[in-house]
Amino acid sequence: MDMDLITNILYAAIRTGTPLLLVALGEMICEKSGVLNLGQEGMMLLGAVAGFIAVYHTDSFMLGFVIAALSGVLASLIFAFVALNFNATQVATGLALTIFGTGLSAFIGSDYEGKTITALPTIGFETLAGIPLIGKALFAQDAIVYFSWIMVIACYLFFRHHRAGLAVRASGENPDVGSNLGLPVMRIRYCAVMFGGAMAGLAGGYLSIAYTPLWTEGMTAGKGWIALALVVFASWRVERVMLGAYLFGFASIMHLFAQGLGISVSSNLLAILPYAATLLVLIMLSKNSEKLKLFEPMALGKPWHKTK
Amino acid sequence: MNDVMRLQMTGISKSYPGCKANDNISLDIGHGEIHALLGENGAGKSTLMKILYGVVKPDQGVIFWNGDKVEISEPANARALGIGMVFQHFSLFETLTVKENIELALGKQAGNTNTLAQRIREISAKYEMPLDPERRIATLSTGERQRVEIVRCLLLDIQLLILDEPTSVLTPQEVEALFKTLKKLSHEGCSILFISHKLHEVAEICSGATILRSGKVSGHCNPKQQTPDAMARMMVGDGVEISHQTRRAHSEQAYLTVKHLNKMSASSFDVALKDISLTVNKGEILGIAGVAGNGQEALLKALSGEAPDKTQQSIFIEQTCINAMSPVQRRRLGVAFVPEERLGRGAVPEMDLCQNALLTSFDFGLVTKGILQWQKIQQLTNKIIQKYRVKTPNAQTHAVSLSGGNLQKFIIGREVEQQPKLLLMSHPTWGVDIGAQVAIHQAILDLRDQGCAVLVISEDLDELYKISDRLCAICDGQLSPILPTDDLALPQLGRWMAGDFIEENQQEQAA
Repeated sequence: MDMDLITNILYAAIRTGTPLLLVALGEMICEKSGVLNLGQEGMMLLGAVAGFIAVYHTDSFMLGFVIAALSGVLASLIFAFVALNFNATQVATGLALTIFGTGLSAFIGSDYEGKTITALPTIGFETLAGIPLIGKALFAQDAIVYFSWIMVIACYLFFRHHRAGLAVRASGENPDVGSNLGLPVMRIRYCAVMFGGAMAGLAGGYLSIAYTPLWTEGMTAGKGWIALALVVFASWRVERVMLGAYLFGFASIMHLFAQGLGISVSSNLLAILPYAATLLVLIMLSKNSEKLKLFEPMALGKPWHKTK
Repeated sequence: MNDVMRLQMTGISKSYPGCKANDNISLDIGHGEIHALLGENGAGKSTLMKILYGVVKPDQGVIFWNGDKVEISEPANARALGIGMVFQHFSLFETLTVKENIELALGKQAGNTNTLAQRIREISAKYEMPLDPERRIATLSTGERQRVEIVRCLLLDIQLLILDEPTSVLTPQEVEALFKTLKKLSHEGCSILFISHKLHEVAEICSGATILRSGKVSGHCNPKQQTPDAMARMMVGDGVEISHQTRRAHSEQAYLTVKHLNKMSASSFDVALKDISLTVNKGEILGIAGVAGNGQEALLKALSGEAPDKTQQSIFIEQTCINAMSPVQRRRLGVAFVPEERLGRGAVPEMDLCQNALLTSFDFGLVTKGILQWQKIQQLTNKIIQKYRVKTPNAQTHAVSLSGGNLQKFIIGREVEQQPKLLLMSHPTWGVDIGAQVAIHQAILDLRDQGCAVLVISEDLDELYKISDRLCAICDGQLSPILPTDDLALPQLGRWMAGDFIEENQQEQAA
C-alpha cells in the first residue's frame, strides 16, 4: 500500500469522524447531566438545512455555522421544555424531536434540494502539512475540525479541573442530593441540553457546508444515532469519544478505499460497516456492564423534579 | 459565654397538601449543647430540619441565630451562618472521590482546592475520623461515608451541627466513636442537634430534648432526668401500648436447615456467601444482625428462591432439599417472605391492594379452575386491612399511595394470614413508626407461638434484641456463631458485625 493512500485515509477518516465527534461530545455532556436526548438526528438535520440556506444566500461560512448551531439550540429547547419542565419521558420526547426535525428540515429544504455551494476551505499550515503520513490529516483540515479539537480539550479540562464539571456529573448521578446541596440542577440540565443542541446543529452544518456542500433530505443518514451509540462505546469519557468518532469515521469510508484499491467486495456490504460496528460494540459493552457502571450517569433518562 | 441562645426557632409552621407537617413548633438550643429532636416517622422532624437548613421554606415562623433574626432561604445561607447538616440519606456522589464531593458541596467556601486534601486529613485526624481524600465514595463503608459528611461540615467554621438519625446505619462500635467526636465538638462550643428515635442514645449524650408528635411539640425535657418510657410516651401519645417485655421461646425441632451454603459473587458490587450454616427451629425466631451490604440480600435470595441453584444441596426444609425450587414451589411447602423492598418486591406499586393480596395468596382458595374468585379476594383483603389496622381508603387503593408503614403492615398481614410454617423477613419494621412496630412485632411473636419458624434479618439491633430467640451477625458474607439472645451481649454482637469472628473461623478451619 502506498504512502499517499494511507495519508488520504487518515485525512478522510478525520473529516468523516468530525461530525460524529461534535454530536457525540454534545450528547455526552447532556447525558452526564442525566438527560438522554434521542433527538440528535433531528437537531443535526435542522442544523444542516439552516446552515446550508444561510451560506447559500450570504456566502458567509461564519454565519452559516452560527445559524446551524442556533437552530440546534432552538430544537433542543423544545426538548428541554417538554422533558425537563413537564417531566415527559425523555426517550419518547427525544424520538419525537428526531421525527419532527426530519420532517421540518425536509419541508424547509425542499426548494434547496440539489443546489450546491462552495465548500468550506481548508486551512493549511504550509510546512507542517508537509510532514509525511500525518501532516495532511492534522494540519490541512478546515476550521471546524480544528474547532472540534479545541472542544475536546475544553471538555476534558472542564470535567477534570472545573467545579462546574463536577456539578454536571453530580446532577447526572443524583439530582436530589445535588439539589439538597444547593446545586441549580434544573439550570445545569438546561445548559447541558442546549450545549448538546448547539453541537448537533453544528455537526449538521458541517455536513451540508463542508463535508458535502449541498442539501439533500435526510443527509445525516443515521449519524445522530451512531453518535448516541458512540457515547456508550466511549463509556462517557471525552478521550474515548474522540477515538471512537475517528474509528467510526474510518469504518464509514472503508468502502471508498476498497473500491480504489480494486478489492472486489460489494460496496453495499462495506457501507454497512459502521452500523455493524455499532451493534458489535454495544453487544460487547453490555457483557461488561460492571465497568460501565463506574462512568454511566446513574440518573440517566430518569425524569426529575425538584420537591418543593 | 453569653446568655443568648445559639438558635431559637419560634412558631414554625409548614403545610403540605393534605397534611400539616409542622404546626407552631418552637426549638431552642444553647451554646455547646447537644440537643435531641425526638419523634416518630412522620412527626415532622425532617421538615423542621429542612426548614432550618434552608431546603424548605416555612409558611410561618421566625428563626433567631445568636440573638439576631435571620432568613434562611437556601442551604448556602445556612452554611454561611455556620450551620452544618448531615442528612440521614447521605448527600454524596458515589462515583466522585471524597475530595471532589467536599469540593462540590462547599463551593467557594471550600477555599483553595490545592490544599483541600491536606485540610481534610488534618480535620479527620483531629477528630479521630480517619479518611483518605482520594478514595471514591463507592468504595467506602457506611460509617466512613458518614465521616465524609461530618468532616465536610467541620471544614467550615460551624457553630451548629445537625445530625439526622446518624446512628441508624452504624455498628455499636462506630456509634461509640461518633459519640466521642460529638462530645469533643460540644466541648469546643459547637452546638449539636441530634435527631433520633433511639431513646437510650439520646439519654447518653443529650442534655436537652424537644419531642414532636404529629407536627406539634409534645414536650421538652432533659433526657438525663427522664425515663425512656416517659419520653416514649411523649413521642407516641397515650393509647399506644409500649412494651419492652417479650417472652423468649426455645425449641429444638429444626425446620429450616442450611448446611455450608456458598454463593459466588456475580460481580464486584455483590458480596459472596461463604460457608453459611444455620438452623431455624419451629416456634422460634432467629435474628441475623449486620450492616447493610454484607450478604443479607444474597442470603435472602438464596432462601426465598429468587436465585434458585441446582448445583448444590445446602438448603433443607425438614428433609426436603429446596435449592432448586422456585419461589412458588417453596411457598407451597409453607414458606412466606417479607422482602426488604416494599415497592417492587413486596408489592407491585401500580396494583391495588386486592391484586397485591392475590399475588402471594392465590393458593388459598382464591382461584378455582383458573377463575379468580373476586369476592373471596375482597374478603381476604378487607380482613388484612382490618386485622392489621392498615390505614387506607379502601381495598382498591394502589399500593404505591400507602405510606411505608401502612404498606408494610399490609404485606406482613398478607404473609402471616397464610399461616406459614416458615417466615423469612428482612428489615420488617424499617421506617415504620412505633405504633405499627408494636403491631408488627406482636404479629410475628404470635405466629412464632403457633409453631412457625421465623428468620429475621435486620439492621435494627433494638428490634432484634426484642424479638429474637437466638441471634447472630453476618459480615462479608459469613455468619457468626449463633447464641441465645440473652447470652449475647451488645458489645460482642457489635464486634461480630464488624467481622471479629472471621479470623476465629479461619483458625478453626486451619486447625
